[in-house]
Amino acid sequence: MANSSCSDVKVLGAWPSPFVMRVRIALNIKSVKYEFLEETIGSKSQLLLQSNPVYKKIPVLIHGGKSISESLIIVQYIDEVWSSGPSILPSDPYDRAIERFWAAYVDDKFFPSMQLINTAQGEEKAAKVEQVTEGLVLLEEAFQKSSKGKAFFGGDRIGFLDIALGPMLGWLRAIDKMGGVKLLDEVKTPGLVQWVESFCADGAVKGVIPDIEKLLEILEKMKGN
Amino acid sequence: MAEEVLLFGVWGSPFSRRVEMALKLKGIQYKYFEEELTNKSPTLLKYNPIHKKIPVLVHNGKPIAESQVILEYIDETWKDCPIFPKDPYERANARFWAKFIDEKCLPGIFNACWGEEKQHQNAVKEACEHLKHLENEIGEKKYFGGEAIGFVDIVANIIGYWLGLFEEASGTKLLTREEFPKLSNWADVFVSSCGIKENLPLARDKLIAYFRSRFGTGSTDASK
Repeated sequence: MANSSCSDVKVLGAWPSPFVMRVRIALNIKSVKYEFLEETIGSKSQLLLQSNPVYKKIPVLIHGGKSISESLIIVQYIDEVWSSGPSILPSDPYDRAIERFWAAYVDDKFFPSMQLINTAQGEEKAAKVEQVTEGLVLLEEAFQKSSKGKAFFGGDRIGFLDIALGPMLGWLRAIDKMGGVKLLDEVKTPGLVQWVESFCADGAVKGVIPDIEKLLEILEKMKGN
Repeated sequence: MAEEVLLFGVWGSPFSRRVEMALKLKGIQYKYFEEELTNKSPTLLKYNPIHKKIPVLVHNGKPIAESQVILEYIDETWKDCPIFPKDPYERANARFWAKFIDEKCLPGIFNACWGEEKQHQNAVKEACEHLKHLENEIGEKKYFGGEAIGFVDIVANIIGYWLGLFEEASGTKLLTREEFPKLSNWADVFVSSCGIKENLPLARDKLIAYFRSRFGTGSTDASK
């Protein structure tokens, strides 16, 4: 399949968003060059409003003039269009279903439980910590079953579920470093602790998920507000 | 190898009916187990320990949960009568609208029918905005899937059939023919389509009574 020119593929996003990170990682896996159009926090560009009129949210992938939104839908689109590159979803329908199930869990249950955990206080924080920890224990189980002893949910290489969860835990790792909580626990979730390091160090991910120091900077700013 | 397909569902649930619609459209034989929502079977809890919900499809001993995930699995496993388009952009579009229906439309409809009374007007406005997006998406097509029933049509079974029941149970009318002529037309075509009409729970009174007892009689008595 012919390589698209850079201008053919655009990503509308903002670098801190874990949803935007998913799309960029997927494009990197397929070695697809793209133009990254960074949205300003607090305002939405005309292009964003035109290309995602229903949700008006990032990320949006614009490919050959057509726009696709919702990060996991975009990742599947990328996998299907650039089919000659390394596969993102596994080939077996049952394995695909399991990855889709857990990716939906990450979006519907796990991510909402994570939100605002770093700025929460007292009882509210304790409740959030408990919820996130429960989620991580479930995800640890899923990881052990899925990876079958290998480095990633997808096996030897990063796959769909790695991409879905990775940016979330990339942020969580930074929240842990801020102190006060220990969400990613070597005792309760040893697999995930190792996995998030491997994920963030992967070639397709480096440069998309910034170093932990930069993430900490943002978290400190959020706490200060 | 003998194929074994089991489905755990609830007769009145649009989510479990979606799976039945797909199985029947593709001519797949399956064994159905009716669950009681207030008394879930140990088998169901074993097959779906995370969400403990129906529907669950079990294919040769392997369980799959979440209706949209099940539908994708069915389409990838049994290739006759595909419910997904082939083109990646069309597929992304189908997934987008299916997600929109479950994530936005359905909660919006519930809110309009059974939300707080003081928010009722706003809730109705929002629910209608969602329906407007679907009105624009169906356009002049016979089905969301084009000439044949597709993934989005099956997921939109809630709009096609259950919405009418919610409206009657709660007294809030949302899908009017005047405001949504194309979507109303699609709903008529959908419920009378082969493969769909045989899979709709027809005991409307029983369902309406059930929704009233579970969710209440509605946000307002005024809008009948």
